[in-house]
Amino acid sequence: MIEILTTGLPNTVQDLGRPGHLALGVSHGGAMDRQALAIANLMLGNDPRAAGIEVALYPFRLRVDRDTAVAITGADCAVSVGGRPCPPWWATTIYAGETLLVEAPRVGARSYIAFAGGLDLPVVIGSRATDVKGGFGGLAGRGLSRGDRLALNSAECTLPAGGFGAALEERRGTTDGLAAAVDLRVLPAAEFDAFTSQAQAAFTGSEWSITNDANRMGYRLFGETLSLVSPLELLSHGIVPGTIQVPPSGQPIIQLADANTCGGYPKIATVIEADLWRLAQAPVGARLRFLPVSTQTSTEALRTILKRRHDFVAARNLMAGRLRPA
Amino acid sequence: MAAKAPRISLAGSCALLLDGAQGTFSDATQELVWAVANAALTLEGVREAVPGMNNLLVLFDPLATDAHRISEQLKSLWAGVDAHTVAGTHHTIPVSYGGARGEDLAGWAAHCGMSVDETVRRHAAATYTVAAIGAMPGFPYLSGLDPRLAWARRGTPRLKVAEGAVIIGGAQAGIMPMTAPSGWHIIGHTDVKLFKAEAELPVLLGPGDKIRFTIAGMEA
Repeated sequence: MIEILTTGLPNTVQDLGRPGHLALGVSHGGAMDRQALAIANLMLGNDPRAAGIEVALYPFRLRVDRDTAVAITGADCAVSVGGRPCPPWWATTIYAGETLLVEAPRVGARSYIAFAGGLDLPVVIGSRATDVKGGFGGLAGRGLSRGDRLALNSAECTLPAGGFGAALEERRGTTDGLAAAVDLRVLPAAEFDAFTSQAQAAFTGSEWSITNDANRMGYRLFGETLSLVSPLELLSHGIVPGTIQVPPSGQPIIQLADANTCGGYPKIATVIEADLWRLAQAPVGARLRFLPVSTQTSTEALRTILKRRHDFVAARNLMAGRLRPA
Repeated sequence: MAAKAPRISLAGSCALLLDGAQGTFSDATQELVWAVANAALTLEGVREAVPGMNNLLVLFDPLATDAHRISEQLKSLWAGVDAHTVAGTHHTIPVSYGGARGEDLAGWAAHCGMSVDETVRRHAAATYTVAAIGAMPGFPYLSGLDPRLAWARRGTPRLKVAEGAVIIGGAQAGIMPMTAPSGWHIIGHTDVKLFKAEAELPVLLGPGDKIRFTIAGMEA
């Protein structure tokens, strides 16, 4: 069992979400930074789809009532386990009665906490992820509150003394967009050609900032006004996370994990799936730049992410084979 | 008659949007959308097929297929598939019109230039078709609204419209499956539940289903 000691409602139980149900109006949901949660689970020998906690509001504290193992990934935060400082992207043992503390990020926005065996919660529509909009999944379909208690599945997890860390190539030198803009690769979307040439040039040639209106459903951006050549009336259509819509205000909205499954605004572009984690880690105020790429590039980027996960499993298995249970 | 070729565009690295709309919404085009959606699910590498209003979003695994191949396959399905393949279920939805849970009823009747009784009678006289499910879990986009009952959406959406609200948005009718923001007008309320997350089949309605509203009560 774990008990939540300090939290805010934006902190939720997440796994890799419930893709496959858009035609029922059910969002993909799941971790905004899927790779970070998947790697945290793999560090503990879990299925990458096991449920953990997504932290977006800090500080976050929890206590465990039995010995177990945790892995903390995602944003670069000061983390301590039983008072022992813990580097970013680290897996370690936590003993009964000890507290895990995750402080506000130095870089990034969202942290992921995985537990050996994963959180023991019912599967609703194929996932344990919290869908706050629909009020289901996770813990009673809501964000975590102080005093909440969550059960853990039992699992064997042997870690090296002091734990171990993961370092991913693509996270090296990551900024949070406050020092330098975050580059997001995009593909043009259905209405790209319906925008004025000035709007098309401004979209990729200028910087955008993330406004306060930013959550798991989407981020509203601020920047130059993007205009259509002439007004468009579109019928409602399905959208995917990463879709960049332009409402009549001319200020873009990026739809994300918990977005409505259908929209009606013109779409200028879509952030490629392999770069959605960069958005998950970009806080309010961060600056963004959009870089057009080809479908070949977007597919290669996806292949690289999956290969990284595969290589990580191989490396962890190799390490586990050399460890002897205490 | 062969359907006009649809517009197909990228929707990110793992999806395509097929748009078959020719101006306003067409029921015949929508039947084609449902049929192509069902057929698309059998294509190699396709993960999801999501009917919208006269359009279809198709999600695929770009490591198993590619956008060009899916695009060609969708074009040939659009040109060749039998559109009359979806047999929907019939549903009857009892509605309490007006009152505190149908606060826009009087304004709607005034907008339509009819008495409240006549407006309600016409709403309950039509047979509606579930064109698509989307936006939120279980929300039906209903076609078949009497054109005289159409009412453009509110300028400012309400932050909360209650589960069970029977609503009108432009030329479309709908029912709220959960409490959520909406810019549609609220004309009544039903106790029929459209979404139950824990149920084996969480969503009551599906594309192609037919709906009749019955008058369970009316309060001006």
